[in-house]
Amino acid sequence: MSAEMLSRDVAGPRYVLRRILTGTTLRLVLLSICLLWTLPTAGVLITSFRPYNDIISSGWWTVFETPFDFTQWTLEHYGAVLMEEGVGNAFLNSLIVSIPSTIIPITVAAFAAYAFAWMEFPGRDACFAVLVGLMVMPLQMALIPMLRVYTRLGLSGSFLGIWLAHTGFAIPLAVYLLYNFISQLPRDLIEAATIDGASDFQIFTNIVLRLSMPAIASFAIFQFLWIWNDFLVALVFLGGGRDVAVLTTQLSQLVGTQGQGWHILTAAAFVSMLVPLSLFFSLQRYFVRGLLAGSTKG
Amino acid sequence: MSALQRRVRALRSNRRLRLLTTLVVSALAYLVLRWGFGFMRSDKSPKIAVMLVAIAVGVAGAWLLFWILDNLVSSIPAQGIRDALHPFVFVGPGLLLLLVFQIYPTVNTTVISFLDSRSELFVGLKNYVFVFTTDDLLIAFRNNVMWLVIVTTLTVCIGLLVAVLADRVRFESVVKSTIFLPMAISFVGASVIWKFVYAYRPAGTAQIGLINALVTALGGEPRGWLTHAPANSFFLMVIMIWIQTGFCMVILSAAIKGVPNELTEAARVDGANAFQIFFKITLPYIRGSIITVATTVALSVLRVFDIVYVMTNGQFKTQVIANRMYVEMFKFRDFGHAGALAVILLVAVTPVMIVNVRNLRQQRS
Repeated sequence: MSAEMLSRDVAGPRYVLRRILTGTTLRLVLLSICLLWTLPTAGVLITSFRPYNDIISSGWWTVFETPFDFTQWTLEHYGAVLMEEGVGNAFLNSLIVSIPSTIIPITVAAFAAYAFAWMEFPGRDACFAVLVGLMVMPLQMALIPMLRVYTRLGLSGSFLGIWLAHTGFAIPLAVYLLYNFISQLPRDLIEAATIDGASDFQIFTNIVLRLSMPAIASFAIFQFLWIWNDFLVALVFLGGGRDVAVLTTQLSQLVGTQGQGWHILTAAAFVSMLVPLSLFFSLQRYFVRGLLAGSTKG
Repeated sequence: MSALQRRVRALRSNRRLRLLTTLVVSALAYLVLRWGFGFMRSDKSPKIAVMLVAIAVGVAGAWLLFWILDNLVSSIPAQGIRDALHPFVFVGPGLLLLLVFQIYPTVNTTVISFLDSRSELFVGLKNYVFVFTTDDLLIAFRNNVMWLVIVTTLTVCIGLLVAVLADRVRFESVVKSTIFLPMAISFVGASVIWKFVYAYRPAGTAQIGLINALVTALGGEPRGWLTHAPANSFFLMVIMIWIQTGFCMVILSAAIKGVPNELTEAARVDGANAFQIFFKITLPYIRGSIITVATTVALSVLRVFDIVYVMTNGQFKTQVIANRMYVEMFKFRDFGHAGALAVILLVAVTPVMIVNVRNLRQQRS
């Protein structure tokens, strides 16, 4: 719908209101919303490259007075947070936690989704209904019992423990979303393969998995980001010890210890955003597609 | 020997071979995984190597599990048992995880909420009486309700506004990416970003926080925005709104684009203006999507934790249920109170659960 078409609308007493929807005013409204949404992040990004004395003596927006004065930029905070503040280590820990916590639940969920869609077993519909109900279960319900189980089994603070936790919590949504896709695959295809003597395992790995890749990729991006950005599960099951702390827990500890140390906080925050932002910019299309697929439920 | 018999015998020996291979692979996998976990636990291992081993172990482990299970079941001679067990090779691990991580904790937490702080003695409704009569907790409940109402309303409204407005300009995709971007940032990262926006320094010194700089530039006094109730809760809500609006916008924008052109054109021909078209046609048409996004946002708002934990840790009357639960668990060590709070969160989402399951039933029939 273009602005011209709108201005052909019947003119009336609502002239002022209509003005908002057209032309310059519309652009100004949108521009200010965008500015409002960008400024906070821009401030942190710019601040993380400024020398400490500049940060505490003037606002970050003052860099625009002399944007080409390169003496006002520095990389030293990044060196400091990566090496001395444990952020580099936390970055690796985040990868160690996030990659298996993305692939394991998707593997388990894809197998389960296939069974729900194409195999007969007693209690199938009831199990699926329970699973759909559990999709919105608050994580808080699991914290106390699982923490006790983990402490007893010595899984607290271990990577295996947090992979399993993330997998367990992700299963309902992952199965549901993959089921929606896998159950829509053409029946003929599955039946033809069965007649050719393929086992379910072969059908699953050779046909279903391959055809489901778009759905799996969309979900994988979300699962990865969700794990990367997760704070509560990491805090409770992995803890803040330096050897295992992930970026979010490390960053929150820095907020506690660094209070006003904006040079450290801004650089650390930006390091924690690096992976999500690059995923966002490179895979935005899948991002939107995944959101749309996930939201059509109910 | 008939061809059939030969075939059966071949299959049987094939099955034996398969079982043997599976057992060998299982033993090898066990050894490799054990070595992997030992390697990861050792302090001497270089971090990058640990990372690669972790990824290999985690990923290969999951796949091997299914492969081994499938082969074991396939090597069962009786076809009846084999066929009955096969679906559970696929669905079993998922169901087991569901049982361990969702169903068992739900039952257990509910029981814990009726026991004392160390989960030893039955105390009836004492924990619930406590959470509904203590001032600090009443503040947390009030805040959660405020969060629910304000954040859900504002995110949906702003998301809808941007979706509608951006639909009319050529730089739509730029606008959308900008609003959508915070969705990729963690709540902790977003909290640091906004903490900097709200940064406060005493009057007379240079303000480095955006808001206080604006306020002083306009001749006002700088304030500590996070320490003054009740406005401070609103300043925390802004972070959630900032993150979630993009989600609403994307979904609602897709819904708006799905409104048939014939409908809006017909209304236009009948003399309806843009506002009438929006309120009488577009809005009713996308009602379902609005309900969906509002529910999704409300669910995440209900559980809000990270923002409050990082920004104020519940001080200055900004407490919310999820953060208080964490405090009860790790600071006061009162698992009865913590369990009761978790159960209250569960009760709050129960309507959504029921609706979801009912919708599923309707789709099936």
